Amino acid sequence: MGFKNVPMSVAKPSVNKESLFSPELRAEIDKWIAKYPQEWRQSAVMAALMLVQEENGGYLTTDLMDKVAAYLDMAPIAVYEVASFYSMYELKPVGKHKICVCTNVSCMINGSDQIVEYLEKKLGAKLGQSSADGRYTLKEVECLGACGGAPMFQIGNKYYENLTPELIDSILAGLE
Amino acid sequence: MSDDQMVTIQVDGRELKAKAGTLLIEVTDAAGINIPRFCYHKKLSIAANCRMCLVEVAKVPKPLPACATPVNEGMQVYTRSPLALAAQKGTMEFLLINHPLDCPICDQGGECELQDIALGYGNDASRFVEGKRVVPDRDIGPLIATDFTRCIHCTRCVRFGAEIAGIRELGATGRGEHMEIGTYIEKSVDSELSGNIIDICPVGSLTSKPFLYSARAWELVQRKSIAPHDSVGSSLNLHVRRNQVMRVHPRDNEAVNECWISDRDRFSYEGLYSADRLTRPLVKKSGNWVETDWQEALEAVAQGLKRARGTSGNRLGALLSPGATLEEFYLAQKLMRGLGSENIDFRLRQSDFRAEEPAYPWLGQTIAQLDELNAALLIGSNIRKEQPILGHRLRKAALTGAQISFINPLELELNYHATQLVNSPAGMISDLAAVAKALGGYGGLIDSAEVSDVHHRLAEQLRTAERATVLLGNIAVAHPDYALIQGLARIIAGNSGSLLGYLPEAANSVGGRLAGALPGNDGSNAQEMLSNPHKGYLLMGVEPGFDCWNPARAMETLGQAEFVAALSAFRSQSLEQVADVILPIAAFAETSGTYVNAQGEWQSFSGAVAPAGESRPAWKVLRVLGNLLDLPGFDQVSSEEILAEARQVAGDRKPDNSADGGVAYERLLAGVGLTRIGDVPIYALDPLVRRAASLQKTRDAIEASSRINAREAAMAGLADGDKVVVKQDKNSAKLRVVIDPTVPDGCVRIPAGLVGTDTLGGQIGDVTLEKA
Ligand code: SF4
Ligand code: FES
Ligand code: FES
Repeated sequence: MGFKNVPMSVAKPSVNKESLFSPELRAEIDKWIAKYPQEWRQSAVMAALMLVQEENGGYLTTDLMDKVAAYLDMAPIAVYEVASFYSMYELKPVGKHKICVCTNVSCMINGSDQIVEYLEKKLGAKLGQSSADGRYTLKEVECLGACGGAPMFQIGNKYYENLTPELIDSILAGLE
Repeated sequence: MSDDQMVTIQVDGRELKAKAGTLLIEVTDAAGINIPRFCYHKKLSIAANCRMCLVEVAKVPKPLPACATPVNEGMQVYTRSPLALAAQKGTMEFLLINHPLDCPICDQGGECELQDIALGYGNDASRFVEGKRVVPDRDIGPLIATDFTRCIHCTRCVRFGAEIAGIRELGATGRGEHMEIGTYIEKSVDSELSGNIIDICPVGSLTSKPFLYSARAWELVQRKSIAPHDSVGSSLNLHVRRNQVMRVHPRDNEAVNECWISDRDRFSYEGLYSADRLTRPLVKKSGNWVETDWQEALEAVAQGLKRARGTSGNRLGALLSPGATLEEFYLAQKLMRGLGSENIDFRLRQSDFRAEEPAYPWLGQTIAQLDELNAALLIGSNIRKEQPILGHRLRKAALTGAQISFINPLELELNYHATQLVNSPAGMISDLAAVAKALGGYGGLIDSAEVSDVHHRLAEQLRTAERATVLLGNIAVAHPDYALIQGLARIIAGNSGSLLGYLPEAANSVGGRLAGALPGNDGSNAQEMLSNPHKGYLLMGVEPGFDCWNPARAMETLGQAEFVAALSAFRSQSLEQVADVILPIAAFAETSGTYVNAQGEWQSFSGAVAPAGESRPAWKVLRVLGNLLDLPGFDQVSSEEILAEARQVAGDRKPDNSADGGVAYERLLAGVGLTRIGDVPIYALDPLVRRAASLQKTRDAIEASSRINAREAAMAGLADGDKVVVKQDKNSAKLRVVIDPTVPDGCVRIPAGLVGTDTLGGQIGDVTLEKA
């Protein structure tokens, strides 16, 4: 949300930024901050959340979001807004592999319902749940822009398109 | 096309002229053409997210939101065409999909924008058969009740937080169907302006907690009033039912409070109905308080004052609350002068009276001019909590680039970028002297000042700014070297071409002077009256344990008097300890009167409800006392008559901050040991707000405590939560230690005006701490 005349940064920047994250993580976040004008370090919030989430085993906690807020001189609520808006951020623990199945129009027309059904049965977990062994989490997402290859899902940062049950078996078997 | 080019547009066939680029909704609002809206608010940024304001514009295929469409030449707008109506009705249907329609049990019922607009644009029955969204309520503090299921996601409250209150606490989390307004984590909304979100929320999602389920909008009668706490004098509407103030709303007044009010002004009415409201006269008989009738009580006061006076009026003194009305001030001083006493004062929280004070001290500029400042230096002021609306104005200036700086004995929690020079109270004087020196000042302590970079920077900010001001706040007034502060501020302002301004503490600090409620020739000021016992005292609206600079000494001195008469709206322990008779007087909202605000504006108001019980407006009580004491000139029949008389005496005095006064004063505060900083917290200012229950539950209502920073604590071997005995002069108090990084070295913050610190001495002075 854009605010009239209001800087997105907090009036009192946090002083102990070094204590918030490991030097490696800070270096990664700083790369993103450097891409924006200096007074817009908040623009790095999405990248920072991704990096922090990755390091934390795939999900964010309030404490971590507060740290991101402090690191970028943002109000914590502004970070919660971002993290709760986008489906790529997880606010609860997830399995080792997060399977994001698109169920939006193109995928639905091309049979995403069956894909979901097959996955649910295979993993013993409903959409939004994790398999009993904690290896997989099944997640419903909106269009990922790969309609040409519908139905599709995303695992990690890889897209898998034109899915069939057989293909799914081999994809899952191929994961570590 | 230049921005101020005028264009002509047609709305529903009517020709309207407006500046090119103005938003359509502003133009139609000004012309009185009604376009429904939820998210648009004239003081907030444009979100255009509710789509209720859709209208048809010729040559545009789709309806456009009036709140986000700038006007241009020849534009033809239809607000009630079939296309516009269809769009508005469609929007309404969507808005109602998730709205619970629980109007019968909703506090907003009867004054709800959604309800009103649904009547015009909604359908009789819903086509929506699916389940509605439910959002759990959140506890966001003692002032605001939430029912987020009713929220229509207009985001006015979120924008208010970011843009006006300057705190981002509320936000919109989640997306689409799952979007929720809230704080995400368990958290209260802590702002001195938070109550305004109750007004701007168009539905019953945010409502007043103290008012919850106590009345319906249509049962309330609206009466105009003026806020009784700080020197802003915000315009209010009191909502009254059956002779009771049910709630308080702001009344639009662009020049003063715009459309906002502080939480203190909004919720202090609760104090009117606190349990210790005094409704019958009290006299002390052989050490016990007994209720009596007016006749006996008034006689007792007249006799008591006469006896104490004896042969010389100089044996009497009057101490008046700076929140009294101009009329009350006028009659009180007239009474005292009639009795031959020049000992009259209302500057109860000031200790240093050495400097000559200006005749009519004021803000030095209009309230609205604060918005336009380019630089400001605030001395001894927590403006955000002392005069919240002025703080908001200053923040507006800061957001448009003004350089704001503070010289204070506490680091403030600010909602904008500012330079804060935090030093001990004694160090503040040195800082001021250094800034004065950097601006070419000389003489006295300025010559020996050490000027550092930051002093130069503050000096330059003021000197180079087109519109700059130097403002003195409540902490400055309470400083033992206030005379020096005034002298230095005068030099800093003069040498930098800045306006010197005072931030008067209370609703009528300015009016008190105009009414002549100050010591006359050889009269004693408040400090003298409260240090050298007089035979008799008249107190009005004062609780000596809470409203005086040095409560311990005030209690002791008053305790030695032969006779103390008090006019008070409340029972009060400290008052009952020293007084002999207490006359119940009307409180805020119960009396007519006049306040003069910081910009020198005389604002008269009438009573909205009858005085509680047998209490009477103070001016009536004073008038009858004048009669009983056989004094001439006490036959006014209305407060207007008194006002007219006071106006004559005040003449056409114009606000004026000029005064002679240099810096040739001795420094009284050495500051070698530990110095107490006794600021008065926002909700401890006066008897009414101290009794406002909900405000007392907020985070700003801090408890009596002894707050030091971690370094000082370590040196004294103290930890957070320890009990310490604070010794000041010959007084002491046992308080809890709070580690507070906002307190500078060599200082301990022990707020004044609170139960627990009322046994201590002066607001600023030497103290020692001992582990209990
Ligand atoms: S709570 Fe009220 S003001 Fe805030 S978004 Fe919802 S409807 Fe709008
Ligand atoms: S609809 Fe599935 S990728 Fe676009
Ligand atoms: S008022 Fe115009 S979109 Fe909400």
